[in-house]
Amino acid sequence: MGALQSLPGQPEYIGLAEKTGFSFDQIGVLHKRFKQLSHNEETLRRDHFNEIPDLACNPIRAQIIEAFFDRRNYRQNAVGMVEEISFEEFLVVMSHFRPPSPHMTEEQRESVRREKLRFLFNMHDTDNDGTITLEEYRHVVEELLSRSGALGKETAKSIADAAMLEVASISMGHMEPDEFYEGITFEHFLKLLDGFEIESRMSIRFLNMDTTTLCK
Amino acid sequence: MGTSILSEVWTQRGVFCMLLLLLLCCFSGKCEPQESKPSTPANVPTVKPLHNQINAPQAFPEEERASLPVFTMDYPRIQVPFEFTLWVLLASFAKIGFHIYHKITIWIPESCLLITIGLIVGAIMHSVKEEPPAVLSSNVFFLYMLPPIVLDSGYFMPTRPFFENIGTVLWYAVVGTLWNSIGIGLSLFAICQFEVFGVQDINLQENLLFASIISAVDPVAALNVFEDIGVNEQIYIVIFGEGLFNDAVTVVLYSMFAFLADLPIVESSDVFLGVARFFVVGFGGVLFGLLFGFVAAFTTRFTHNVRQIEPLFVFMYSYLAYLVAELFAISSVLAIITCAITMKYYVEENVSQRSCTTIRHVVKMLSTVSETLIFFFLGVVTITSEHEWNWAYILFTLLFAFIWRGLGILVLTQIINPFRTIQFTFKDQFGLAYGGLRGAICFALVFTLPSNINRRNLFVTASIAIIIFTVFIQGISIRPILEYLNIRKTNKDLNTINVEIHTRVMEHVVCGIEDLCGQWSHYYWKDKFKKFNDRFLRRILLRDNRAESSIVSLYKKLELQNAIDLLDTPMGDISAAPSIVSLHDEKKMEKEMSRPKKKFLAADVRKMHDILSKNMYKIRQKTMAYTNKYNLPDESRTREILIRRHASIRRSLRAGSFHEMPAQNIPKSQKYYSLQPGGDLESAFALRRRSHGGGEVDRLSARLQSSGVSLRSSSRSLVPMRRLNTIKESGSAGEQSATSAYPHAPSPGAHRRAPVPAPRRRSSDWAEGDEDLADLEHPSGGVQPLRPPQLPPPRGWLPENQDPRENGAGNPLLRHSSQGPRGSGRS
Repeated sequence: MGALQSLPGQPEYIGLAEKTGFSFDQIGVLHKRFKQLSHNEETLRRDHFNEIPDLACNPIRAQIIEAFFDRRNYRQNAVGMVEEISFEEFLVVMSHFRPPSPHMTEEQRESVRREKLRFLFNMHDTDNDGTITLEEYRHVVEELLSRSGALGKETAKSIADAAMLEVASISMGHMEPDEFYEGITFEHFLKLLDGFEIESRMSIRFLNMDTTTLCK
Repeated sequence: MGTSILSEVWTQRGVFCMLLLLLLCCFSGKCEPQESKPSTPANVPTVKPLHNQINAPQAFPEEERASLPVFTMDYPRIQVPFEFTLWVLLASFAKIGFHIYHKITIWIPESCLLITIGLIVGAIMHSVKEEPPAVLSSNVFFLYMLPPIVLDSGYFMPTRPFFENIGTVLWYAVVGTLWNSIGIGLSLFAICQFEVFGVQDINLQENLLFASIISAVDPVAALNVFEDIGVNEQIYIVIFGEGLFNDAVTVVLYSMFAFLADLPIVESSDVFLGVARFFVVGFGGVLFGLLFGFVAAFTTRFTHNVRQIEPLFVFMYSYLAYLVAELFAISSVLAIITCAITMKYYVEENVSQRSCTTIRHVVKMLSTVSETLIFFFLGVVTITSEHEWNWAYILFTLLFAFIWRGLGILVLTQIINPFRTIQFTFKDQFGLAYGGLRGAICFALVFTLPSNINRRNLFVTASIAIIIFTVFIQGISIRPILEYLNIRKTNKDLNTINVEIHTRVMEHVVCGIEDLCGQWSHYYWKDKFKKFNDRFLRRILLRDNRAESSIVSLYKKLELQNAIDLLDTPMGDISAAPSIVSLHDEKKMEKEMSRPKKKFLAADVRKMHDILSKNMYKIRQKTMAYTNKYNLPDESRTREILIRRHASIRRSLRAGSFHEMPAQNIPKSQKYYSLQPGGDLESAFALRRRSHGGGEVDRLSARLQSSGVSLRSSSRSLVPMRRLNTIKESGSAGEQSATSAYPHAPSPGAHRRAPVPAPRRRSSDWAEGDEDLADLEHPSGGVQPLRPPQLPPPRGWLPENQDPRENGAGNPLLRHSSQGPRGSGRS
């Protein structure tokens, strides 16, 4: 089924495969899913995402959806938000989640790592000023904990504060009392998640088979 | 330095002396019954010494008149527990001995050392013609020695990585073990067909039985190495899980083949029955484990009034699961593992922190004892028992064990790799294959083989050979080899809030993206299970069933650590005096900040200590009496700590934005201060603590790292909870000392938000934390009283550089008043 559908689109897939690194099969599966989500239209809008029932209980759904409409994630040095995305952009955003290949040199691994961290950083840095400020961080933590019920904003806030203090201590070392920590820059972010194996954690095994019929 | 080495040598010598003494005890104890042997009538054939000794006392009444003995000795009565105790003691002393010079255990695995000691003891026993203790029988092993070992691995199984890799783990454990047993068994059977080797009488069933025994890997030594060099999580959990579950598989195979080995002819229907039985045994074990695990969790829901016996439930239920499974001849190993995994999560939330610690320690202790004894016996048996040495059979066993292990990993990995997100590279596969050491269970299984198996001695010899070979050669060389290979590593001690937050973010993101792609993975199932868990299981099984995010729990843990640190290096809160510990920290920090080192006179230290004990210790007692902490220990504690955290954040916020604290008014850091000759040391301390806003976190993280939080001995219990009782204390004492520390400052009562913050903020009014936070949120209400009058710094301190705060906030997190809406709202 998936193979049949993907056959006519094969030539256009070549360009996509080169750009994103997905195999034809994977692109075919994702294309089918894209069609399913967009109700056979050419573009996806935010409300299409909001209709996905599985996603509904994800605490950071909003951030995930925004990431798809963020030009920074399209690998073309653009900024700003878009209203609707085509399959190509959908695929490019997805390609951030490709697992690292086992045969990589250290430099390649490092660049994959940077790229994935950049995606994460962009997700937190909503106003695109190059730093994750305390408010932005608080927002992330609040969203994360929003499903935990009675915890309330106070806890989230104090956790974010503590986390921020931690960042400050990690990235700046000892700070003088009159110094002010602006927010997490990308460099600090790299340093902060230094031992965090993002290249393996932020990876999804994209299937070659079509399982979308099983999902809602 | 020299003295320390000397003392080390001395202690070592002392331990050896003790070991010798203990050995003497052992032998003298055991020689006793032999001496009395001649006096017994000779009609009892001397087969087993134990048997003899039981009979021995009966001989006495005939020979002696019934007069009241003044001094009697009834050694046979106590023999078994007595010797057992001595063995355990000896093994424990050996363990102490290894760790005196800890570099030994880095390079040589402990199991090697234990076997070596066993060999030495065996040699001594052999030279005095002593029989090895006949303690290790099949029943003893399966009923008493195996359960603790398995319970330990099940209980300390790192749950999350395990479930993330459960497919791979089971694949290696089940299929890998089958592969090894059948492969080795068949190839050995092929070898047996050659006449030259002289082992034709070993039939296929016995070969398979033997192969199933030696295919049980026991990677304790490898795991220690893996943990030390921080090998990546995937390999670690695969080795761990493989070691755990192939015990189960091996025991099943063992009993099956042992049964088959009895049959004269094996029909094809037996094979199918065997396969069916394999599954019944496996799934039955899991079912029983789940059942008992949930019952145990449910029971601990009601134990909060009988905290003393809480740990008992854990042990009794898991043992019960084991025994019941054994009763129905289903996999008892799987039952106890599943039971432990199931109940751990719920039990640890239900029981008090102390019980939790007790449980962990006892589980570890029992398994250590059991394992140590087995290794020990291995050494002893190697020397003392009769061996049947067949070069060909033993060498081929070694060879095949190697080849099939390597091949198995290679082939199985090629099959499983396409299903894994993170694939195993060849280096990883080598690590997996090389980590397959054989150990205690293998020996115990072969040693308890029924004696009707011909060539049993050959099997024992071959197993011992393979164990000693793998444990010594592989165990010692695995560390250098892995380090040379530069295998993929993980930084394990990332115990920071940020990492936890991002772990969670990552989970949700990945889960969301997978939902978008329309595929399922373990995140999907994890999500589903979490919902089910929150909705049903927690409600039923937990007393306090509010769901708690892992971020919050980590946060609380860090808070706890932080609070402890605050206690250790008091910011003047509890008392204005530092403890000895804090002095230590202080010095370290001084080094870090390249401050000139201060020397404290012994008298000063003692004085501080006095103040500390006066202010802290008694209050601690009092608090214990007042608040019935046995009722809601965790909650009340964490609440205190959260409040405390609020308070400390609030303090730092205010410190920055309002410049109220003298220490903040006076510039920069301590290096600009000097103690005036007449200055009071206490006030000095109180002041210096003020300015440590950032250092606090530094210290916290440093401490976390140094505490070496490891996955396996998962560290929640490391946090010494008991210190927390000090948090709540009456303010009066602290206030006393703090005021005395600031003799020239205005009394704290003068202003509501006193400029000398030591007494009020940290003493009795923790509860005001929330209110104060509220103040921060609505600054219009609370700002006025907050602003303190400008104070001269206390007389004891003389700032060398008056360069005060033209630059606004000291709190690093807040924007300057000009920079952001929030900051301006705040100042």
